Amino acid sequence: MTLWIIQRLLQAILVALAMAVIVFVGLHLIGSPIETLLPAEATHEDRLRLIADLGLDRPLYEQFFLFLKGVLQGNLGISYVYKEPAVELILSRLPATLELALAAVLLSLVFGVPLGLMAGWKPESAFSRVIMIGSIFGFSLPIFWIAILLIMIFSVQLGWLPSSGRGATQTLFGIPWSFVTLDGLRHMVLPAIGLSLFNISMVTRLTEAGVREAMSSEYVRFAKAKGLSPRRILSVHVLKNVMIPVVTVVGLDIGQTIAFSVVTETIFAWPGVGKIIIDSIGALDRPVIVAYLMLVVIMFVIINLVVDVIYRLLDPRIRLQGE
Amino acid sequence: MPAIPRSAKFRPGLQFLRQFSRSPLALIGLVLITLIVLLAFFALVLSPQNPYDLMQLDIMDGRMPPGSEASAGFTFLFGSDNQGRDMLSAILHGLRISLIVGLGSAAIAFVIGTAFGLTAAYVGGKVETAMMRIVDLQLSFPTILSALLILALLGKSVGNVVFAIVLVEWATYARTARGAALTELRREYVEAARSLRLPHRNILFRQLLPNCLSPLVVLLTMQVARAITLEATLSFLGLGVPVTEPSLGLLISSGYEFMLSGTYWIALFPGIALLVTIFAINLVGDRLRQLLDPKAAPK
Repeated sequence: MTLWIIQRLLQAILVALAMAVIVFVGLHLIGSPIETLLPAEATHEDRLRLIADLGLDRPLYEQFFLFLKGVLQGNLGISYVYKEPAVELILSRLPATLELALAAVLLSLVFGVPLGLMAGWKPESAFSRVIMIGSIFGFSLPIFWIAILLIMIFSVQLGWLPSSGRGATQTLFGIPWSFVTLDGLRHMVLPAIGLSLFNISMVTRLTEAGVREAMSSEYVRFAKAKGLSPRRILSVHVLKNVMIPVVTVVGLDIGQTIAFSVVTETIFAWPGVGKIIIDSIGALDRPVIVAYLMLVVIMFVIINLVVDVIYRLLDPRIRLQGE
Repeated sequence: MPAIPRSAKFRPGLQFLRQFSRSPLALIGLVLITLIVLLAFFALVLSPQNPYDLMQLDIMDGRMPPGSEASAGFTFLFGSDNQGRDMLSAILHGLRISLIVGLGSAAIAFVIGTAFGLTAAYVGGKVETAMMRIVDLQLSFPTILSALLILALLGKSVGNVVFAIVLVEWATYARTARGAALTELRREYVEAARSLRLPHRNILFRQLLPNCLSPLVVLLTMQVARAITLEATLSFLGLGVPVTEPSLGLLISSGYEFMLSGTYWIALFPGIALLVTIFAINLVGDRLRQLLDPKAAPK
């Protein structure tokens, strides 16, 4: 097991390195940042000095090692637009994105699991069919479109909820959070719903499939024969078995949700990393783009690694298969 | 020899259609798709005006609500935008671009991914492991980010959008194709073909591919819907198709700024067209999954 974890760890590092190479090469394909950085009246000497300052006159492999060193030290340059260190800028915006993504994931479990349980319990009933058709509708809705509709209905027409920004924040462990204040929560409702509809549909469908499969199993038939109430069978016996795939998929999906918050954050003007990356792509703000990418890569590698390890710890069958 | 589970084989035909139509909702989806494709195909004939010929636009017709009359004589069924463009015409043209991008990129990704996955399964060994590592790498990176980056690097154009979508979608086909091929490779007919010394290409594409088609067809349907959604999302963010070839996503994006001031129709009707298209495709895809891939987990 220890050997396997070490192996897996090495693999993860290798993946991170491969991604770093891709990011670095991609960076060079964008072209030189010199033109965007230099003022119009710059002389030839200014230009050479800037090239030397940025290390662009060195051989490519040396630049790559400098870049890697920067990644490890958390120093990837200073944002051209915000004039702040790029890594710090990204990290300071990360909590806003994380709390939005986690709220969306939470919503998807809170709504998806019960809906899936109900739909799977009596698949032929009209109610179940409505749920299942609704779930197809749910994952057909583009995230940006549902966001627009939510703003139109709940902010513009009804005026119930705010449509932009994070609202009041409260500092907790030195980081400002929205979910601890009432105003912040009100601001979070619409973006979180918009981001979670796709996930709710997915969790509903996964749970439904799991329940349907479980319904024909021995243990459910036995529980029925024993005269247990449907509520008890579903919430105690079936739920435990269904949750394993659901939690795995949702866990792996946190990364996708964070990525898709790019769209939600842009529409709701939510000040997270997604908003900043779109602005930076527009402004060709290289250090910020690179910092964001490396953050996403590292986050992904870690999430995959953790899910893999937990999975192996939980399920002895996989453990035996691998060794 | 132990029995190998058999998945339903994909044989398009009258009987399959009859089976398919037992779900009324899926039938509605199929009819809607046919209708949408026809509308997009005949967009040039059906549109009351050419929405991108500036000579035909009258700025005095700007932001007219649905049902009002244009100065050229026809009715703005879905209203007009700020430049006096008929929204119905714009939607028909936008539908065309959305469908071309969606179908085109899904088809290319299907071909590349399937060939990759089948080859990996057929070759086996270390080569297969290495090939699937590439697939895992691609799959572990969020789709929207890869697409955003490619477009940021290459710039906006219909071709680049297609390229970006192909790059994020091919790996899914590769994984599915490999999975299906691994079960098929254990069957007698493959063994027979191998002992007959048929050329590898023949075994791969004539023998193996037709038998792996079921899960791939289901995937293809769902991925067309995803490709259309992704294109619309990218265009909405301003990184997709250029303004000269506006898809539905771009129409929604340009209508969005007027929406908050009450001119709802510029964004609403393209949005409904987009939603109906994606929903119809997914309804059909779900039914295909029920028929062809009953055991696969819905996703």
